[in-house]
Amino acid sequence: MNIWVCISKTPDTTVKVQFTADGTDWVRDGVQFIINPYDDHALAAALALKEKVGGTVSVIMVDDDAATADPVLRKALAIGADKAVRVNAAPADALFVGTQIAHYLQGQTADLILTGRESIDYNGSSVGDIIGQRLGRPSVSYVKHFEVSDGTLKGSRFIEGGEEDFEAALPLVLGVSKEVAEPRIPNMRGIMMARRKPLEVVDPVEAPVLTEVVKYEPPKTRSECKIFGPDEVEQLIDALQNEAKVI
Amino acid sequence: MKVIAYAEHWDGEFKKPSYETVGLAREVAQAAGAEMETLVVGALKDKDAALAELNKYGAGKVRYVADERLQHFVLLPQAEAVAQLIGEVDDFIFVAPHTINGRSLASRLAARYEGGMVPGALNVPTFEGSDLLVRKGVFSGKGFAVIRIRSSRKFVTVSPNAYGLREHPGHDMAVEEASVSIPEALFEKVKVVDVRKTAGKVSLTEASIVVSGGRGLKGPENWGMIEELADLLGAATACSKPVADMGWRPHHEHVGQTGLAISPDLYIAVGISGAIQHLAGVNGSKYIVVINKDPEAPFFQNCDYGIVGDAFEVVPRMIETLKNRKG
Repeated sequence: MNIWVCISKTPDTTVKVQFTADGTDWVRDGVQFIINPYDDHALAAALALKEKVGGTVSVIMVDDDAATADPVLRKALAIGADKAVRVNAAPADALFVGTQIAHYLQGQTADLILTGRESIDYNGSSVGDIIGQRLGRPSVSYVKHFEVSDGTLKGSRFIEGGEEDFEAALPLVLGVSKEVAEPRIPNMRGIMMARRKPLEVVDPVEAPVLTEVVKYEPPKTRSECKIFGPDEVEQLIDALQNEAKVI
Repeated sequence: MKVIAYAEHWDGEFKKPSYETVGLAREVAQAAGAEMETLVVGALKDKDAALAELNKYGAGKVRYVADERLQHFVLLPQAEAVAQLIGEVDDFIFVAPHTINGRSLASRLAARYEGGMVPGALNVPTFEGSDLLVRKGVFSGKGFAVIRIRSSRKFVTVSPNAYGLREHPGHDMAVEEASVSIPEALFEKVKVVDVRKTAGKVSLTEASIVVSGGRGLKGPENWGMIEELADLLGAATACSKPVADMGWRPHHEHVGQTGLAISPDLYIAVGISGAIQHLAGVNGSKYIVVINKDPEAPFFQNCDYGIVGDAFEVVPRMIETLKNRKG
């Protein structure tokens, strides 16, 4: 089985994101990039499936900054992916990224395509469904567990207020949540082997970019915290009822 | 140009995200002086009452597909039905809720119609010429972005709990029963074989009040008081990442940068220190209350009200006070 995992690079979760003074961009200087955490879970699930049923695991990313993107792809190879592909274009938005990935995968065997539930930078959770639409394949989001036997995938996913179990024939696109598998940590052997694994850089296909960020804003700060003592619970409840009017 | 609102329902019943979506779409239509239609796909349980309620939020012209097979949301047939209702128009704004299924639906349609999409709008989008400017959260709550959609077909999903319930009276409801023809094969591709409800619990992303616990609670056996406080407030329960990682609480309760981002009216954090990753998930809240015995906890730099004290004393007192006031 040939499994493709779509990954993106995101700032490390500990990074305090800063914006430029004019608000038109965010500051990348000194930022440590990681595999988007949800994609890390997707990669682990792909490797677990490969160990069970055989085949290959490849990762694909749309990014035009080799200096920060390639180390993230190398890490995916060190964790256990067999091959990495980087589409050499700035990841403008979900439609653009999904279009690029779908176009590349059209020429590949891809029985199962996995994405993380969402990226922790753009928070769209759109890419998997866009790839599914472009390739004419079903897509299922928020998958928390799945297994494959005889070309059929059985899984469960979150829905609002509950869960549902589903069955689908491959090929398929899944967006996965964290429950699907624990991320793996590369070992020394994996890191050594990753150096010799293929990392292919391909040109993007012509595709329109239909959205653009006009400006970024930092979150509002709450500097004025009203502190009560442990015996002043009454006063706190008063404040919530009469001042904030939220209870 | 027209505005098309997708009123998602859950097995035949509308919920708050449906009303928020219709309300926000109505405001966009009013700003543009455009006509609006509301799509309802799949049989409603109590059709007349449900649609009358939906119209409080400005549904107006409703196109309703009363198909039993489409009552439970399955992506491919649902998307096909919506596309048949939209038809071949060039200039529209499609508005759907940013729910698990709503965002998948909008994403597939955006690709199908080659339209620019912004997922998770926080406010009513504004116009700049024919472009739409949409504000959304980015970096999992560590910032916001205003994003321009340039294409003539535009797709926006509405973040639950951000716009809120705003009624838009004065729009006469006109319900047109529409029919669609969905190839049988689309129902076969992904089959839903079982649906489980998490019965009675308040949904975390829709909740107006959230009570959340962290490592300071020392163990899963101590969540009784968190649940009791949440019940009294009609709140949902949540937790920090370490608590989910240790298995004290299920992962789907984890709020923070790699969990859920929520924006309730009131977020009560008990025994949570307030790491930057946690703040990212909750700083969309209107008010934040922090209860922590460590006065140096970073969360106290980022809240509206705080109590420096032992959760095991403070929370029972809150429960007692609320019970007394309720009589």
